[in-house]
Amino acid sequence: MIRALIIASGLCLLVLPLMGIKSAAIVFISILAVITLLSFIRRHRHIFRIGIKVPAIYKRTAVLVTVMAVLLLPVYGDNYLIDVSSLSGIYIILAMGLNVVVGFAGLLNLGFAAFYAIGAYSTAILTTRLDMPFWLSMPMSVTMASFLGILLAIPALRLRGDYLAIVTLGFGEIIRIVLNNWDSLTNGPNGILNIPSPSIGGFKINRLSHYYYMVLLFVFLCIFVVRRVHNSRVGRAWLAIREDETAAEAMGIDTVRYKLLAFSFGAFWAGLAGALFAGKMHFVSPESFTFMESVLILCMVIIGGLGSIPGVILGAVILIILPEVLREFQTYRMLALGSGLVLMMIFRPQGLLGGRGGAIRG
Amino acid sequence: MALLEVRSLTKTFGGLRAVEDATFEVKEGIIFSVIGPNGAGKTTLFNCLTGILQPTKGTVYFEGKDTVGLKPHTITGLGIGRTFQNIRIFPEMTVLENVMVAQHSRTRCGIISAIIRGKGFIHEEASIKEKAIEYLEFVNLSDLAKSPASSLPYGDQRRLEIARALATEPRLILLDEPAAGMNPQETAELMVLVERLRQWGKTIILIEHDMRVVMGISDWIIVLDHGIKIAEGIPEEIQRNPAVVEAYLGKEFTY
Ligand SMILES: Nc1ncnc2c1ncn2[C@@H]1O[C@H](COP(=O)(O)OP(=O)(O)OP(=O)(O)O)[C@@H](O)[C@H]1O
Ligand SMILES: [Mg+2]
Repeated sequence: MIRALIIASGLCLLVLPLMGIKSAAIVFISILAVITLLSFIRRHRHIFRIGIKVPAIYKRTAVLVTVMAVLLLPVYGDNYLIDVSSLSGIYIILAMGLNVVVGFAGLLNLGFAAFYAIGAYSTAILTTRLDMPFWLSMPMSVTMASFLGILLAIPALRLRGDYLAIVTLGFGEIIRIVLNNWDSLTNGPNGILNIPSPSIGGFKINRLSHYYYMVLLFVFLCIFVVRRVHNSRVGRAWLAIREDETAAEAMGIDTVRYKLLAFSFGAFWAGLAGALFAGKMHFVSPESFTFMESVLILCMVIIGGLGSIPGVILGAVILIILPEVLREFQTYRMLALGSGLVLMMIFRPQGLLGGRGGAIRG
Repeated sequence: MALLEVRSLTKTFGGLRAVEDATFEVKEGIIFSVIGPNGAGKTTLFNCLTGILQPTKGTVYFEGKDTVGLKPHTITGLGIGRTFQNIRIFPEMTVLENVMVAQHSRTRCGIISAIIRGKGFIHEEASIKEKAIEYLEFVNLSDLAKSPASSLPYGDQRRLEIARALATEPRLILLDEPAAGMNPQETAELMVLVERLRQWGKTIILIEHDMRVVMGISDWIIVLDHGIKIAEGIPEEIQRNPAVVEAYLGKEFTY
């Protein structure tokens, strides 16, 4: 309690010269309230920790119902819902990709939006400048992002924990700054306009519901592929590296190779998400790929449950849908995200659906 | 030819000579013990043999091949398995998964075959699982295959490490104080296991502090003190060696 008082008054003093006495008082009271509330809940946190074992039949039913609901969404949903859902789909792919790096291999990556940007910009440039069809530029964009994943991994390989976080953060910023300044190629802060819709044999996929199904197809593909890889010799090697790198090495795992693979495989999905994003928006600009974007994707992974595939999907949906539902509170979005994360760390450090997987190890 | 030949192996940490000019041979099929007081350099020796540390000087030949400078995973692939003194299981993976991971260097399926899941993949995956269960049965842990490794009691975690080392299919197994923290009964059971490993044709290098255990099970013993090999021989010789008795066991020690 005394500590709470000290923290509150300290912050209050900081705010005082900037915002005047009234705001300072509000800050003081609210911080005090939050800390008191937290310490109260913390004392009773066992209530929140209780795990529930769900029988397989319920799980299967839940999956089935979700798939049905998702497939029929354009039937019962309005355009707005379809649009938001397409965006959720793109973020699910992103979060699945980051989950490979952070959740499976345990490598903290704070610059993941860079690969997303590379995917989006490659598609934008290839389709607008070289008039390449979407379906050709998409695999090229994905390859580009995967390759960049390896490139980033090379310097990052020697680093662990915090240092890795800083290098990846720097990488993310470098990519964004390059996109912002390389006017001749990227058109700078104005971004690239008029990215064409993908089309199949003359049929243009530009209606919201059509694009929704296209994204959905890739979401299913992503889940299918990532699950299979997770549940294999490669996936086990990643988990082992996350758990104990030295022991993994002693078990015969070439940790360098598997870290490269994790970075590149994760970037692959970010590149795919980027291409889908470009095709959906018809417009890309550096603003969409800031550090906050990387943080948002990381939050999806952490909130849902590091390493858990259903958890990550849930995390992505929650973090896209929630701000839409709470439109009026736009200004407080980051604040809410931050406090959400803090609460999460206290009560369910393993994430909403995370069973095993634990915290990120340095 | 000996299975393992170590010549003038030296490892220094700054000014500290953790292992100094160690030379010895390990013949195939024996239980070879390394003893010495705390800080004598036993674990450092293991780390040099498995590539976790690079020796400052000296050579290590395993099956006639020079292994100095090779990465740990390559050395594991050549056939040297190990356990760690401070347990290093993969805590959040299941017991079974821990052992499955260890077959990494004996299997090949990559990311593409994992996605396609052809015949080769299915077959390999089944064989990994089958073997993992076999190794768990060997250390008597197969009942706990599905539990998270971190939930195992201490002694079981040590035996899980042995199963994991076995799963790398080594010819030479390095056990770093596998009985540390076990009660006499568990230790005795463990030594029966080590004995069975030898019968199975494995060569074992054992670090162990309990003299009764070491003297009972070893075919050959080397003694390290401050990184220097001060004696080697069969248990009876080591027990009688005055240098060992003085340096390691203390002057008052008598049998
Ligand atoms: N990575 C390291 N860096 C610096 N010094 C080290 C390192 N590893 C070991 N040492 C030092 O080397 C010496 C030998 O240590 P080592 O762990 O090999 O001894 P040990 O014989 O295994 O002892 P114990 O019976 O306690 O396990 C000790 O003085 C130790 O402090
Ligand atoms: Mg030791």
